[in-house]
Amino acid sequence: MLAYLIRRLFAAAVMLVVIIMVVFGIFFLVPKWAGVDIASSFVGKQADPAAVEAVRQKLGLSDPIYSQVWEFFKGIFTGRTYSGGGDVTHCSAPCFGYSFRSEQAIWPVLTDRFPVTLALALGAALLWLLFGLAAGVLSALKRGSLWDRGAMVVALAGVSLPVYFTGMIALAVFAFGLDWLDAQYVPLADSFTGWFGGLILPWITLAFLYAAMYARITRATMLEILGEDYIRTARAKGLREPVVIRKHAMRSTLTPILTMLGMDLGALIGGAILTESTFNLPGLGQAVLNAIKTQDLPVILGVTLITSLAVLIANLVVDVLYAVIDPRVRLA
Amino acid sequence: MTELSKSGAAVGEPTAASPAPSAFLEVRDLKVHFPTDDGLVKSVDGLTFQLEKGKTLGIVGESGSGKSVTSLGIMGLHTAGQYGKRKAQISGEIWLDGTELLSADPDHVRKLRGRQMAMIFQDPLSALHPYYTIGQQIVEAYRIHHDVDKKTAKRRAVEMLDRVGIPQPDKRVDNYPHEFSGGMRQRAMIAMSLVNNPELLIADEPTTALDVTVQAQILDLIRDLQKEFGSAVIIITHDLGVVAELADDLLVMYGGRCVERGPAEKVFYEPRHPYTWGLLGSMPRLDRDQQERLIPVKGSPPSLINVPSGCAFNPRCPYADVPKDNVTRTVRPELAEVGSKHWAACHMSQEQRERIWTEEIAPKL
Amino acid sequence: MSDKAKDEAVAIPAQSDGTTLTKDPAPGEVLLKVTGLQKHFPIKKGLLQRQVGAVHAVDGLDFEVRAGETLGVVGESGCGKSTMGRLITRLLEPTGGKVEFEGKDITHLGVGGMRPLRRDVQMIFQDPYSSLNPRHTIGTIIGAPFKLQGVEPEGGIKKEVQRLLSVVGLNPEHYNRYPHEFSGGQRQRIGIARALALNPKLVVADEPVSALDVSIQAQVVNLLDDLQQELGLTYVIIAHDLSVVRHVSDRIAVMYLGKIVELADRDLLYKTPMHPYTKALMSAVPIPDPARKSAKSERILLKGDVPSPISPPSGCRFHTRCWKATEICKTTEPPLLELRPGQQVACHHPENFEDQAPQDTVLLSDAKEAAELVSDEALAESAATSAAVAAEMGVSGAGDTETAESAEPETATEPAESETASESTKADAGSESAESETASESTKAEAGSESAEAEAGSESAESETASESTKAEAGSESAEAEAGSESAEPETASESTKAEAASESAEADAASESTEPEAAEAESTEAEAAESEPPAKEK
Repeated sequence: MLAYLIRRLFAAAVMLVVIIMVVFGIFFLVPKWAGVDIASSFVGKQADPAAVEAVRQKLGLSDPIYSQVWEFFKGIFTGRTYSGGGDVTHCSAPCFGYSFRSEQAIWPVLTDRFPVTLALALGAALLWLLFGLAAGVLSALKRGSLWDRGAMVVALAGVSLPVYFTGMIALAVFAFGLDWLDAQYVPLADSFTGWFGGLILPWITLAFLYAAMYARITRATMLEILGEDYIRTARAKGLREPVVIRKHAMRSTLTPILTMLGMDLGALIGGAILTESTFNLPGLGQAVLNAIKTQDLPVILGVTLITSLAVLIANLVVDVLYAVIDPRVRLA
Repeated sequence: MTELSKSGAAVGEPTAASPAPSAFLEVRDLKVHFPTDDGLVKSVDGLTFQLEKGKTLGIVGESGSGKSVTSLGIMGLHTAGQYGKRKAQISGEIWLDGTELLSADPDHVRKLRGRQMAMIFQDPLSALHPYYTIGQQIVEAYRIHHDVDKKTAKRRAVEMLDRVGIPQPDKRVDNYPHEFSGGMRQRAMIAMSLVNNPELLIADEPTTALDVTVQAQILDLIRDLQKEFGSAVIIITHDLGVVAELADDLLVMYGGRCVERGPAEKVFYEPRHPYTWGLLGSMPRLDRDQQERLIPVKGSPPSLINVPSGCAFNPRCPYADVPKDNVTRTVRPELAEVGSKHWAACHMSQEQRERIWTEEIAPKL
Repeated sequence: MSDKAKDEAVAIPAQSDGTTLTKDPAPGEVLLKVTGLQKHFPIKKGLLQRQVGAVHAVDGLDFEVRAGETLGVVGESGCGKSTMGRLITRLLEPTGGKVEFEGKDITHLGVGGMRPLRRDVQMIFQDPYSSLNPRHTIGTIIGAPFKLQGVEPEGGIKKEVQRLLSVVGLNPEHYNRYPHEFSGGQRQRIGIARALALNPKLVVADEPVSALDVSIQAQVVNLLDDLQQELGLTYVIIAHDLSVVRHVSDRIAVMYLGKIVELADRDLLYKTPMHPYTKALMSAVPIPDPARKSAKSERILLKGDVPSPISPPSGCRFHTRCWKATEICKTTEPPLLELRPGQQVACHHPENFEDQAPQDTVLLSDAKEAAELVSDEALAESAATSAAVAAEMGVSGAGDTETAESAEPETATEPAESETASESTKADAGSESAESETASESTKAEAGSESAEAEAGSESAESETASESTKAEAGSESAEAEAGSESAEPETASESTKAEAASESAEADAASESTEPEAAEAESTEAEAAESEPPAKEK
């Protein structure tokens, strides 16, 4: 088990380095090859050549590629000082780049917005797991019943309706129509109820979409597992049906769901762009959306890296959980 | 143990109409039908047999003959855990040690499962839960029916593993099924099914998934254990060799019905049904000098939705036209006694069959 | 390995004409020749996927397939038989060795190079459900080989496909149906029709009937049989079912852990198997005859499971489970030798034959454990038969004392164990076909009367007629223990330097005598004891 964990950790670290290199390559080299001058895009359209040259020097854009990557990489651990044309900007320790558009280091932006997205994703995940699994298992056990059909119709709706649609309706009904909730994000540090009230609608909206998917997957997996020989064996032992379901069928049903959860959570932590925009949540998704609009490459780069990191960590957790559930994985 | 069977008698007795039989296990006119989109699948359609303790009954038939469905029916596994609308339709009577199982309280039957009657399945890899250790699975089986702590149950598990010939049982008990070889898994499966000393053991194709040398080991084990525990055994297989090794009585199934039943020697040496002849003739045998040609049964097994009218075997029977008036295609033959404790369901007269067997079939085998 | 293998290959008489290059080999000529064939599947681990080991699926095979014959290949799961099938049809690339088809080396031919050969070599697969594409009609499936090979049969593809359908016993009008409309047996017929489309010379069938019901199995087996006769096909049939293999094959190769342990003509193999594994494998097959239920003791139960092909045992791969294994089996790999015309075996201590490593007599501790699982009758019988061969060797081989010596320890100790007097019909079958006249006659005496073999044995050493006379003498049934004195007999015949052997076997007799309940038998064994004692005294 420990060996397995170490192996997975090592693999994750290697993966992260590869990701940094690839992402960096895409964001800084591709524009170069495409003939777009990054420096002038930083300065603005009508910049004078001297200013552009200064920016170029400051960012090290004329350095060879490998040294650019190295500088970036080093910056993450030691911080980085941009200096060019007499202008010196310091970007301290975990330096994920510096946005010259907003004149600030990327890292504080990320740390500022990350908790919002994390809270949104984790809260929603909790909800959708709860409802998705329950609905899926019930549908499987009552296959063909009215409940099953009803649940699957709702699930189909959930899967097919986009977040901004359900979100808008939720906002319209609960926040503006009934005026139950204040659709305003309040940081957790300020007020728990305010924070909770602000997130409850995004949670439900997001969870609705995912719960629907999870319910369908759970139902299908459960039905398959119930047909397995070892379920028959469990019954042949004389186990009570609820125990058969809980102890034998559920554990097997969890494995594919866990795999999905790892991917989904990772992707969501990188920014639930649609949900965050709909509910005006100051999360990573919104940050990256703004950055795209303003072509603020360092921000996009920073968020992308955080997303990759989140996916990696989520997958690592899933892998470990997987090994806990399925002993066969430990040996592989 | 005694408490259970007592309460069992109380639940089972009054509900059934016909009197309790003297045999340990008696199945009367068992029918198991499954509704499907294409129609009613009559997997078992009127099956009757008895089995005494200490004896072994072999049920032989091809795929789809209803042999596995019968075993699951006795275990009550068609109704347990059936979800949704399409439930199996079961009728008839199954008497186990004085209790009628089909009319008994399902929870009572559940308590008998694994305790008074246990089952070994064909593929031990898929029949064991991949996520639990062998020990955990045996312990679970034991603790359902015995109020003991985990430690005691685990000691029992080790003891059982040792009994079925698993080396280093105290270590292997903590292994997962995938860490066992095929033969070892089947041994573990047998240990699990015998952990509660069941009086009825149903082995559904216990060796089909195994190699021949491992099969020999497992058959040997089943035989020894039966001697030791004195249980009644039903062995279900398509392999006549396997039943010849183990069975005292034989029941040949075709199209959901029994076509021939009797002591193993009778069925092998004086078979009285053309399908049994077909099975014997289709099989290459190691103990005889090479037969020039096998004598296959023409055609393929019947659909269980549209079972041929009359005798289900008639489209494949080379002697379908021997009885007069097309009777084989219109009237379903009932089991008739053809010798002591030997029944067969065929329209041909006893003499005709005896002549065909001795003159036409036996010499070619 | 391969060098040794080549030497052996040359030693095989039929091999010599394997080099002739002909386009259409006449029956009996070598169609396919395999030398030192190996396939190792690498096991890769870790991030860098470095190779940490290999599955030795097939590890040095030498055999040939002659035109018009059926070679059966049997073995348990994991013995490499299916891999072998895929190697000779070149669906897999061999790791080592050589595959020659009609004298042409096809070992490393690429896809293009193999294309013309695909016409001549076809394969039939086990699972008729997954080997047919469910989205194609059977007309398309069977007609595919024509299109792939660019062959336009006379009268068009459709007509040819319909002809093939009727050849394999299907209705030609079913041309446009889909595989799911057919039963398992019919699908297997479709698979056969597809394989036959291009009129192949060699058909490799991997478990062609194991997925089918018994009654259907027989249909397909008969079909394969008919097709071979009509079309002069050559088959390699791979199966785990020994009865099926015996039924269809002319020669049979028995595989264990990637090696051929025995390759022999069908009748020789089934009547006098030489490799202990072959013997165990055959004895394990359940016989559909309830009368044999009581004769369970004939069965040789093997200890444990087949070892992992990742790290196969040293020396003889069967030594970990063999009840005859000695030190040499652990250290030296036995070569596949033709010990008898038409029977090649790789064993140091073969059954039904002279011991190949007589100096090595101490059983491994594993073997002793294994022997506990082998019934006494089986051991006694094996001792009897090898003693019979040894006896013959002793007589004809002009005082081959070593052979006799080697036969002694087994026979001396084992018959002593065989106290149960149950008659063993199999022993008769097994020994009846023993090679030499002396041996066969003396064992016939055994078969006929189950009588005091010691007399038969010791007398037959002196003269052939003597053994026949014991038939008449035969009075009562007795245990096979007497066979022991058979082994003592060559010593008496030869220079008698190993007299202890004789006296030991006399002891064995004495032991069996003491347990014999019937007076008549006791008498007869006493007589033996008396007869076999003198040599001991002579010393």
